[in-house]
Amino acid sequence: MPLSELVQYVVTGLLVGGVYALMSIGLALIFGVMRVVNFAQGDFMMLGMYVTYFLATGYGVDPLAGALLIVPPFFVLGVLVHRVLLARVTGGGDPQREMDAQLILTLGLSLIITNATTMILSPMPRGIQTAYATRAFVVGPILMNQARSYAFLMAVLLALLVYGFLTRTDLGKALRAAADEPEAAEYQGISVRAMHGLAFGIGIALVAAAGGLLATYHPIEPTVAVNFIVLMFVAVVLGGLGSIPGAFAGGLLIGLVQSLTLLVVPFQLQNVGVFVAFLLVLYLRPHGLLGQRLRAV
Amino acid sequence: MADRRTTSSLRRLVPVAVVVLVGFVLAGVLQERYHQRILTLVLVWATMGLAWNVISGYAGQISFGHQAFFGIGAYATVLLTVHAGLTPWVGMWVGVAVAVLAAVLIGVPTFRLAGIYFALATLAYPLILRIVMDFLGYQELAIPMVRDHPARHMQFADPRAYTVLCLAVFAGTLGLSDWLESSRLGYSLRALKENEQAAEATGVDTFRSKMLAYMLSAAPAALIGAVYAYAVLFVVTPDAVFGVLVIVQTLVVCLVGGAGSKWGPPIGAALMVPISETLDATLGDRFPGIQGVVYGAALVLIMLCAPEWLYWRIRGMVMARRGERTEPAVVSGPSPARVPSGAVSRGDAPAGALLEVRGVSKAFLGLHALEDVSFVVKRGEILGIIGPNGAGKTTLFNVLNGFLIPQRGEVRYKGERVSGLPPHAICRRGVGRTFQVVRTFPHLSVLENVMVGAFVRAPAPPAARAGALEALAFVGLRHRAGATAGGLTTLELRLMELARCLATGPDLVLLDEPLAGLSRDGVNVLVRLVRILREGGVTVVIIEHTMQAVVRLVDRLVVLDHGRRIAEGAPDEVIRDPAVIEAYLGKRWLRYAEDRRA
Repeated sequence: MPLSELVQYVVTGLLVGGVYALMSIGLALIFGVMRVVNFAQGDFMMLGMYVTYFLATGYGVDPLAGALLIVPPFFVLGVLVHRVLLARVTGGGDPQREMDAQLILTLGLSLIITNATTMILSPMPRGIQTAYATRAFVVGPILMNQARSYAFLMAVLLALLVYGFLTRTDLGKALRAAADEPEAAEYQGISVRAMHGLAFGIGIALVAAAGGLLATYHPIEPTVAVNFIVLMFVAVVLGGLGSIPGAFAGGLLIGLVQSLTLLVVPFQLQNVGVFVAFLLVLYLRPHGLLGQRLRAV
Repeated sequence: MADRRTTSSLRRLVPVAVVVLVGFVLAGVLQERYHQRILTLVLVWATMGLAWNVISGYAGQISFGHQAFFGIGAYATVLLTVHAGLTPWVGMWVGVAVAVLAAVLIGVPTFRLAGIYFALATLAYPLILRIVMDFLGYQELAIPMVRDHPARHMQFADPRAYTVLCLAVFAGTLGLSDWLESSRLGYSLRALKENEQAAEATGVDTFRSKMLAYMLSAAPAALIGAVYAYAVLFVVTPDAVFGVLVIVQTLVVCLVGGAGSKWGPPIGAALMVPISETLDATLGDRFPGIQGVVYGAALVLIMLCAPEWLYWRIRGMVMARRGERTEPAVVSGPSPARVPSGAVSRGDAPAGALLEVRGVSKAFLGLHALEDVSFVVKRGEILGIIGPNGAGKTTLFNVLNGFLIPQRGEVRYKGERVSGLPPHAICRRGVGRTFQVVRTFPHLSVLENVMVGAFVRAPAPPAARAGALEALAFVGLRHRAGATAGGLTTLELRLMELARCLATGPDLVLLDEPLAGLSRDGVNVLVRLVRILREGGVTVVIIEHTMQAVVRLVDRLVVLDHGRRIAEGAPDEVIRDPAVIEAYLGKRWLRYAEDRRA
């Protein structure tokens, strides 16, 4: 195989992986701070796609701008969902049962969102027409789809913003403190409950934005969540549950694996490569490629 | 309590028989095809729920991929019919065998993962199977119609036949669950669900127990999957058997009804399946996702309002009405009775040394928790291990009972090298231990906690029960046998943990700070018990942080500091040893003490 073809696959994989990375850091942030595995993460992404779609078709908002516009409302939505649902099953009981309760709660939420969307908006797939979706940047022999390139750039930008927020600002540090040592953080005057709400809000806003970016080149339908939630889980586990840079790397890696899998197997088996990689990492490095050992197993 | 138990195994089967009978009568009475269909579906999901309940309810290993086995059963049976002309009556057992084999292949690597990792890993398997089935071209696998002797190919004109078939599989699974709940494996699973490390230390082979449970839960899932293909689907698709809705329906019936009990899934299925089917039939055309919304809402509401789930809530209310005996927490003190019969010296080691620790070292990321520690525990003695905070005392116990493997050196028990063996194997060889912070199985009763230990010497439940009661009587906790472990006082917890450890029939017990947090009376009770134990021939190694209590009790002391053994000998000598005083009080105090002596 010519080298340029291989490079083409790598570039395509990385471009797709950028958006995976953005959605995965949302999930990783929620897990890292709250120890909640959010099954409904993919559904919030799907909602982000739909809102971006309606902004584009109803008000002529460019989906790339739409993806940014929906960040504040989805943040509020996330905070609300945390307050109304998740906060009620958090705290008190023993950690294992709490985790099971949260898993099942978010699974129920996911079912409601997917199916209610199907009921209200019909299962018919939709798409956003943009000029750049069908164009490509040409760099030597390499083609880079413009929609994917823009989406990639914005995903990286948003991810850097979040990383800066977590490492540079006082609020970000408080958030990390609440994640590492909830009890000690509480003694320092940090409300762990509020930090959980903040983390959930940011996590939901990020995945919705990723959905908006994805909508520039991916069909929009109510069941789109199922495929992506699994990819996000894989990315987050690859990166070590809860690690933000790890999840980002994991997302990029999944894009790469998906793309390179196509070199050896037919298109339908694309995701088998991802799952096999996932299982291999789980067995060989159960704490992820970059992750540390969890405190409570 | 004991005589109630003898007839209970038969009496417990009565409700099982009643439920199956009701199902049978319903199958005969219901005339409409639609009602038969609902009954069939109730039985299918009740069975699937019971199957899931074995691994996730009893053993607490949440599996999000149980539809893998359901689908394997369905696909294997139908593929064998299509390609080999094999009747499904045989094919479904092949499906079961394949599913059990798959459970082994999945379980061996996946059970190395704990908790959340296990749940996430199980997500991948049905997805892979689904994609592979799609790829192999089995998107729609129709069951071929047979005209001659259709019954031989599991094809019936009368829908009642299918209902009875499902009822048979359901009855078998209910019987399996019933047996499991009172068997040794059942106790092991519930124990490891509550606290895996404590279960290991109490002689439970947790890996083997989980594997067995996984295989036992794969088999009925495959069987009902095969029957489902013939009774309901007629055309098998990857989505119908490997899809998300399969695991969702399973979860819903289990969680609504109550996981961890054989009655939960049938209750949940009897409630949820008719509701969702009726909704689907009346509103499904106009609102295509109504079933999913209802299931999702059920999950959310259950978690918010009754996370302990229906069966357990009803049971709790019934128990409350009966007025569960709650006796005051009076500790009667150790009975004059002899040491539990399990705990007597067996075997013939070289006279004197029961346990030899030779040059053991253990470091964590460069921090030397233990460095070249050697000492001998003599048969029949009480050996104290003392040392300041962080001296490596608990790490030493973790090496002795197999939680940790030393990097250098070895541990020999009765002349046999035990370092490197898993904790349950060391426990079964006769080394019992308790923990610095008591580790109970909080949702089990005191008796059941101790029974988990008693199973090491008595595999049959009645014998284990007798052994557990004996151990409870020894520590003076027999009157609390029926209480839930979560509600005990600190002293009662320590005594229960000691009883659980003694029930395993140890020759050597390792007690990790058994006096911590106890009142003076409590300390006296425990000290007296340890003395009686020794008189009964049990060797005791006891970690203590505070010196006073231990100096009176022990025959010899080993002193650890910064992972090294700095002194060993009779208590009087050791506490005058300058190295020991320095370790505890620092150099300046040592100088002060020496000045005064001089």
